[in-house]
Amino acid sequence: MSLDQSFIGREYPPSAPYEVGREKIREFVAAIGESSPLCTDPEAAKAAGYPDVIAPPTFAVLLSMPAQDILTGDPQLGLDYSRVVHGQQDFVHHRPIRAGDELVTVVHVDDIKTRAGNDFLTVRAEIGTPAGEAVCTAKSMLVARGTAEEGEQA
Amino acid sequence: MSTDVPRVAKGDQLPELHIPVSRADLVRYAGASGDFNPIHYSRRHANEVGLPDVIAHGMLTMALAGRLVTEWTGDPGSVLHYGVRFTRPVEVPDDEGALVEVAGKVSAVHDDGTAKITITTRSAGQGVLGGASATVRLPE
Repeated sequence: MSLDQSFIGREYPPSAPYEVGREKIREFVAAIGESSPLCTDPEAAKAAGYPDVIAPPTFAVLLSMPAQDILTGDPQLGLDYSRVVHGQQDFVHHRPIRAGDELVTVVHVDDIKTRAGNDFLTVRAEIGTPAGEAVCTAKSMLVARGTAEEGEQA
Repeated sequence: MSTDVPRVAKGDQLPELHIPVSRADLVRYAGASGDFNPIHYSRRHANEVGLPDVIAHGMLTMALAGRLVTEWTGDPGSVLHYGVRFTRPVEVPDDEGALVEVAGKVSAVHDDGTAKITITTRSAGQGVLGGASATVRLPE
């Protein structure tokens, strides 16, 4: 049941590039109820000093979560995804993600530990441009609930 | 919108948000985010994994709580850091939906023009996010 500790420190090759579009940002903004015109009106964004509309802070999960699949879906890791809950999420924005960005994500396995029968997997997604500009660091802690802890939902 | 910067001080409360969340909101977020886990729209699936009802995506709850900060600064690009722990799911019953209540205060103002905001998020009378905080660049 416990995860393969040899994965700690592993780094995966960059994801396929993701092209950030104005309309995808608009769709995401509508889904979370964000009201800032800087996310939907290119003129307002330019007046505020941005090259184009910007994404809200949690938009980065659209890149980080799919990029993690390469790790969480690896049978060698031994993760039973049906038992996984999201424990923590953390974003450091080096600059806002914006429409027109082409972004690649590199997934790192920062930590794996087992406590009270549960497995804790800390994954860091470094999101940046193909040229190497850092845009966002997204850190997720996933918890795979052990069979001993049946019934607890976090 | 934008705050009167010189007045931002430790202890300042941010205007609270009371955000209703319906099943339709969960479906909309599923589509926008690509997270189609059925526990976010099917009670049967939720029950099968031991949940009493459909729950909101943790990332939706995080996004809603983040609006407290972006609406206060007036600029979603002002958020330099934002982190939460997911302590309890937001249950979203079919008919009445849920209410997510977000409050926060300035817990530190730094010399470099940034401030730390501590965020409290509750639903059905209980905290749903733990240790939630954001660091923002204050407007010039």
